[in-house]
Amino acid sequence: MFVPGSIGRIVSAARSRHDRHLPAPPAARSPASGPGRGVVAITAPAPERPATLGGAEYAVELEGITKRFPGVVANKDIVFSVKRGTVHAIVGENGAGKSTLMKILYGVQRPDEGTIRVDGKEVHLHSPSDAIAEGIGMVFQHFQLADNFTVLENVVLGAESLHGIGDGARREIKRLSDDYGLDVDPDALVADLGVGARQRIEILKVLYRGAKIIILDEPTAVLVPQEVDELFDNLRELKSEGLTVLFISHKLDEVLSVADSITVIRRGTTIDTVDPKSVNARQLAELMVGAELPTPQTEESTVTDRVVLRTEDIVLGSAAEGRNVLDGISLTIHAGEVLGIAGVEGNGQAELVEVIMGMREPTAGRVYLGDTDISDWQTREIREAGVAYIPEDRQRHALLLEAPLWENRILGHQTETPNVKGFIIDAAGAKADTERIVKEYDVRTPSINVKAGSLSGGNQQKLIVGREMSHEPKVLVAAHPTRGVDVGAQASIWDIIRQARRDGLAVLLISADLEELIGLSDTIEVILRGRLTGTFDPDTVTAEDLGAAMTGASADPTDHDGAGESR
Amino acid sequence: MSTFSPRKALLAIAAPALALIVAFVVTSVILLAFGDPVVEVWQTILSAPKPRQFVQIVNGATVYYLSAVAVAVGFRMNLFNIGVDGQYRVAAFAGALFAGQAWFPGPVNVILTIIVAMIAGGLWASIAAYLKVKRGISEVISTIMLNAIATGVVQWLLLKVAVKQPGSNTITTKPIPESSQLDGLSLIPGAANKVYTLLLLAILVGSAYWFIIGKTRFGFDLRATGRSETAAVASGVKVPRMVVTTMVASGALAGLIGMPLLFGQDHNYGTTFQAGLGFAGIGIALLGRNHPVGIAFAALLWSFLDVQSNALQIRAGVASEVVFIIQGVILFAVVIAYELIRRADVRLEQQRVARELSAVSPDAPSVEGARA
Repeated sequence: MFVPGSIGRIVSAARSRHDRHLPAPPAARSPASGPGRGVVAITAPAPERPATLGGAEYAVELEGITKRFPGVVANKDIVFSVKRGTVHAIVGENGAGKSTLMKILYGVQRPDEGTIRVDGKEVHLHSPSDAIAEGIGMVFQHFQLADNFTVLENVVLGAESLHGIGDGARREIKRLSDDYGLDVDPDALVADLGVGARQRIEILKVLYRGAKIIILDEPTAVLVPQEVDELFDNLRELKSEGLTVLFISHKLDEVLSVADSITVIRRGTTIDTVDPKSVNARQLAELMVGAELPTPQTEESTVTDRVVLRTEDIVLGSAAEGRNVLDGISLTIHAGEVLGIAGVEGNGQAELVEVIMGMREPTAGRVYLGDTDISDWQTREIREAGVAYIPEDRQRHALLLEAPLWENRILGHQTETPNVKGFIIDAAGAKADTERIVKEYDVRTPSINVKAGSLSGGNQQKLIVGREMSHEPKVLVAAHPTRGVDVGAQASIWDIIRQARRDGLAVLLISADLEELIGLSDTIEVILRGRLTGTFDPDTVTAEDLGAAMTGASADPTDHDGAGESR
Repeated sequence: MSTFSPRKALLAIAAPALALIVAFVVTSVILLAFGDPVVEVWQTILSAPKPRQFVQIVNGATVYYLSAVAVAVGFRMNLFNIGVDGQYRVAAFAGALFAGQAWFPGPVNVILTIIVAMIAGGLWASIAAYLKVKRGISEVISTIMLNAIATGVVQWLLLKVAVKQPGSNTITTKPIPESSQLDGLSLIPGAANKVYTLLLLAILVGSAYWFIIGKTRFGFDLRATGRSETAAVASGVKVPRMVVTTMVASGALAGLIGMPLLFGQDHNYGTTFQAGLGFAGIGIALLGRNHPVGIAFAALLWSFLDVQSNALQIRAGVASEVVFIIQGVILFAVVIAYELIRRADVRLEQQRVARELSAVSPDAPSVEGARA
């Protein structure tokens, strides 16, 4: 099973840490702390276990599940058991194999090896309908609801034969809603409902189809903290009614607060199943990563008093939302300064970046690069003037997935050397420089002629970062630069941002990772509903303070009144 | 347009070859089902063309090629200019009208007529571009409507300027002066007829298309927009401007389609001017994968089938329209095959990358490929 030496690939970019991964083989981990069987199982696939025993106690048992995709092993020897009437969390990094595992359990993909038992009975799931027939339901991260339908219509869609589409269905929805405290009105229009309510509809849809085991894929990713609390109350309700919940996440604090048992997956295999009462978030994270956590750490301040990027009262109206998406954003970034923006997703961060990059015309307000007013400049002019841009969604905004790496190296810098000579693309120059980027930024690829879509997320991001840093930028706008990348790439991207800061760039860092923000920023601004609501010093602020400010729960947000001067 | 590899070349050939085989089988089955003589049909179509037919094939392909390039320019940025058909008719009419006035001597008249036709085609296409950029109307819808309008407008104007051909019902524009008529090139030995002089125009257009799309900054922006509009915007491409430029360029190229016919064959624009060339261009661009050389082969194949099918009625007793079935099935098959092969290519490359990377660090099996 798990070989300590195999951590290499993920962490190897942070070579200094390479030898410091957790040395303990899984078997050495104290088995007493876990909920019985799960921990025992990790030492070996335990084929001798009698199947009958699980009948009453376990809702789901997985044994030796292996799934190979051509060239890679997505899941290897997955072993864990889920007790009936519990919330069981599966945690692991992006790319650890969680999604594949859940797809196997929901019948979307079939395992190459291993057995799945539901209620002690071995099952073969060939399709989601098989899974539903076994009482397994899945709530996907991206909701699958029709906005212009009512709740009732959404719930019965595809399950019309169960209770009809009229009053019978309405009664059943009401009953489920009352029984599990879901607070769902069958006749409400989905378009009028918030994210939390939509998620409850998804859960109800699954219950309506008779699920006794519910898989939730990253359910909190789209929720604000209050909604997370509500969701957890719902989960406890489900649990008390005897249902079993499988909860996939990488947010460790949440997992610790709601789960009865936690299985850690790393590099496609189960590492351990632990009792949330006996571990803390940091230990869990180290299990997940398999190494001592690299922490982002700023060095001494390099902030100068030279203003490089400044925005003045940016307002962006939105007809759809009826309120301003951005409402008087003023910020100043100096040379050598990293300004972090913290906020729950969807509070205006993405729009702020688009306004600065000239991709969106603000309703009011100015943007200055040095002393130059660039408010009316086009994106291309802004990029040419030395604003490097790492977009939040690299696949949609930073790459041509079906184009080779060297063409992607040209993207965003179509007018600059070494990519062009006059009006002609300089393929030779671009290729040579792509080779350099691949080498300097440790992009793992067999060649610069492969398509960008063939690389892993971390290597795609390293290519983008390398490209953006190759044109002597004055400003770096980085939106979620380490989202969805492996730990090794994360460490090197952090290093690059630190280096940029030392080199005197003004860095605007937008991130949902509070540790990253605290570790890298010189100043942190909190954005809430399109306004900057507080300025924090990363040396003194805690993730909890930031969290409170981000949700507006903070008792004493630093008085800001829209001025936004960070010093 | 990356470096050559045998794997890529094989994949590029596989799809059209497969499509031809499928078309062969499907057409045979249909012929059999309706009791037509399968063997004779294929013997007729696949017989070696005579020199005279060779000339016809090249001439037909010249016109198809221009049409397909006009369509392909739009396709490269995901812009579906279905309106090439209307654009070339408007342009051919405008060109014929201009050339017929004989305001300029011989070759100058030819060159100016070509420019006039490009302007006319571009202007007609700019209506769709304007509607898309300013009003968000899909170019597919607007260009289809504009095709219908073009037919009416040209017919209406033709009646106003027409000269009656003696002894026939057709009406045409004033014929172009003899000094501006292009005789043709005697390229094919043994043929009495001649290849259109404006074959040279098609070659010029193909080379310019290859160079501008593949090698210039503008071409890069255009292709980037086609591959991912969101990424193009973030990279600084002004997409609305690209839409207008590309649509007008596509229309201007469409304006060239009628020129070989006008100068080399008809010498006027009239009710018998060849129709439907714009729609053929869509299929040929698809078959040729929007590639300048690929389109040339596709245009030759189309024209070959056209010319060879002429004899079907006489030699096999089958309506020559059978060729439309063949062409249609080829298109269906090729579109499906291209998509299958594209997916296979993506998957194969991902596997290859994963394999080569894990070979570099053998102790570290990668799990990242499992992102999906």
